[in-house]
Amino acid sequence: MQQLTMGQAVNQALREEMLRDFNVFIAGEGVGVSIHDNPLMPTAGLLKDFGPERVKDTPVSEAAIAGLAVGSSVMGLRPVVEIMFNPFVTIASDMIVNHAAKLRYLSGGKSTFPLVVRMKSGAGFGAGCQHSHNLEAWMAHCPGLKVVMPGTPADAKGLLKSAIRDDNPVVFIEDMMLYFIPGPVPEEEYTIPIGKADVKRVGSDVSIVSWSKMVGVALKGAQILAENGVDAEVVDLRTLLPLDRETLLTSVRKTGRLVVLHEATRTGGFAGEICAIVAEDALNSLKAPFRRVTGPDIPVPFSPPLERFYIPDENNLVEAVLGIM
Amino acid sequence: MPRKAINLTCKVEYLSILDETGKLDKKLDPSIPDDLLLRLYRAMLLARRFDERMLVLQRQGKIGTFAPIKGQEAQVGAAAVLEPGDWLVPSFREMPSELWRGKSMESVLFTYGGYNEGGYIPEGINNLPVSIPVGSQTLHAVGLGYAMKYRGDKSVAMVFFGDGATSEGDFHEAMNFAAVFRTPTVFMCQNNHWAISVPRSRQSHSKTLAQKALAYDMPGIQLDGNDVLAVYAGAKEAVDRARSGGGPTLIELVTYRMSMHTTADDPKKYRSEKEVEEWEKRDPIVRFEKYLRGRNLLTDAGVEEMDEDVRNEVREAEERWLEQIGKGVDPLDMFDHAYAEMPPSLRAQKEELERELSEKKR
Repeated sequence: MQQLTMGQAVNQALREEMLRDFNVFIAGEGVGVSIHDNPLMPTAGLLKDFGPERVKDTPVSEAAIAGLAVGSSVMGLRPVVEIMFNPFVTIASDMIVNHAAKLRYLSGGKSTFPLVVRMKSGAGFGAGCQHSHNLEAWMAHCPGLKVVMPGTPADAKGLLKSAIRDDNPVVFIEDMMLYFIPGPVPEEEYTIPIGKADVKRVGSDVSIVSWSKMVGVALKGAQILAENGVDAEVVDLRTLLPLDRETLLTSVRKTGRLVVLHEATRTGGFAGEICAIVAEDALNSLKAPFRRVTGPDIPVPFSPPLERFYIPDENNLVEAVLGIM
Repeated sequence: MPRKAINLTCKVEYLSILDETGKLDKKLDPSIPDDLLLRLYRAMLLARRFDERMLVLQRQGKIGTFAPIKGQEAQVGAAAVLEPGDWLVPSFREMPSELWRGKSMESVLFTYGGYNEGGYIPEGINNLPVSIPVGSQTLHAVGLGYAMKYRGDKSVAMVFFGDGATSEGDFHEAMNFAAVFRTPTVFMCQNNHWAISVPRSRQSHSKTLAQKALAYDMPGIQLDGNDVLAVYAGAKEAVDRARSGGGPTLIELVTYRMSMHTTADDPKKYRSEKEVEEWEKRDPIVRFEKYLRGRNLLTDAGVEEMDEDVRNEVREAEERWLEQIGKGVDPLDMFDHAYAEMPPSLRAQKEELERELSEKKR
């Protein structure tokens, strides 16, 4: 099997879908000519191979980039637009929250908005809180959207291909740390359905529920727990909206314990939703209170040493799990 | 290192063809065929009568808040230039243009009566639903234009917005994108002099709104927005240019909101009666009627008959609307159309309401 980073896997997905369907085009700031000129970045080489009509470098104008996606998708195009960093989505959010998400509903299903908004998230680069801010819970609070946050290169490729083919607007959040970590990706054509979680490690004592970069942290934590005699199951949600409640509840009913792990800040974070679902539908299965392991309720610190304290790691996770065993 | 002037070509024209007395400037006559002139007049009259009737329905509590269009009926001159394959992207004061493009009056009543069905786009009519966040729809029109260009399709997207929208970032981002990508987008600003309770003078320091086109290096023109002939002629020039690959245009229709911003406010609290009286003299329908009478295309009897006919059409639409809402709606329908396919979690919520409803019946 080929070994690709998430950036390369996203690149392959974009390439394959653009070859398959002329309606697919890419637009955003520096998606064609990039300052990075780094082959590991997701849109590397696409301008050369598909030309400037299908790989459109745009003015620095987030609302217009998202608006371009909304307007062009009404005509049946399948735009994949990029908002450079997750916090910049605030400038584009009227287009995503009030228009992409609602216009299908308002038009009585006559118009469809098959668009994808990709954005980079995640702390760990010393880039400060205005570059690094995980806002997936905001997006997941908007009916009409789908919100996807892959944790592995293989999932990123299969999910992005599904997102591009989906008739609903999809927010696709890629953690930039994952751009540089290789993983196995199947060579043959495949897609992964949106709205399906994946059990990344089967276990019997506790369910660790996570997504995006934190899936790797969860797996490392599970390894340490195994050495301590705790058999952890790791559930990678992959899609936050619509949520795969079935896989979540099945796992918690089996293990009787739940720890949710995400990088985003705690208050109002998506872990709250997971815990609420378990409390509503599987409370009787719980042998202990659930726990949340998350970033603290502060903006991401600029200083790299402080940033390391901000991002939850496997030790924080292990401690939380051992606390409820 | 000299300090010198950079010579820019700056020109903003103002175009008016019919004056307030209905007198035509023959040199500027767009030569609209007689039957189209009469259709335009009828569309303006229908919009006026329907608007009046909606105000009554709103005051009777039968429909909710809406934005009256009185005084801005000449906009149909712009909609009339569009082909069926083109797109109309309205704000909330384009009922006359929406009707011209085939939207039914019942569907407008559905919207303001609070029924989801009001936003539904009938098959074959390329109108986007009304956009509520001010100016946001300008970006959609650029996206539509981008797609037309991408596909090599010779259509045009015409987007309407008010003077207040020119203060929004979205408007400027849309103008910039449209100019950079040369999309076939016609920006139609209805400067009705009042953005809710803020007058045009405090909305922008610019002398005209049309001049904002210069910054984006696209043509900008000011039209007498109460003169349907000028609106038609100016829109046609812009639409033809867009269709032939000449890129976007900004048009400022200088008009006046003769009524309130929406039925939820009282304009007497923020503007003078005298100002309104001045603009009543420039009423777009009165002016056009004088012209058509002068050309013997309309007579006293003809006007009376058309008015009767239009009032009947409004009444019949209202009756059809009442009949349809009388049949009731299925509350479960509100779950449809949020997604192309219903996610399991939403299906569960729909079933929850279904149970609640069946328990109530029992």
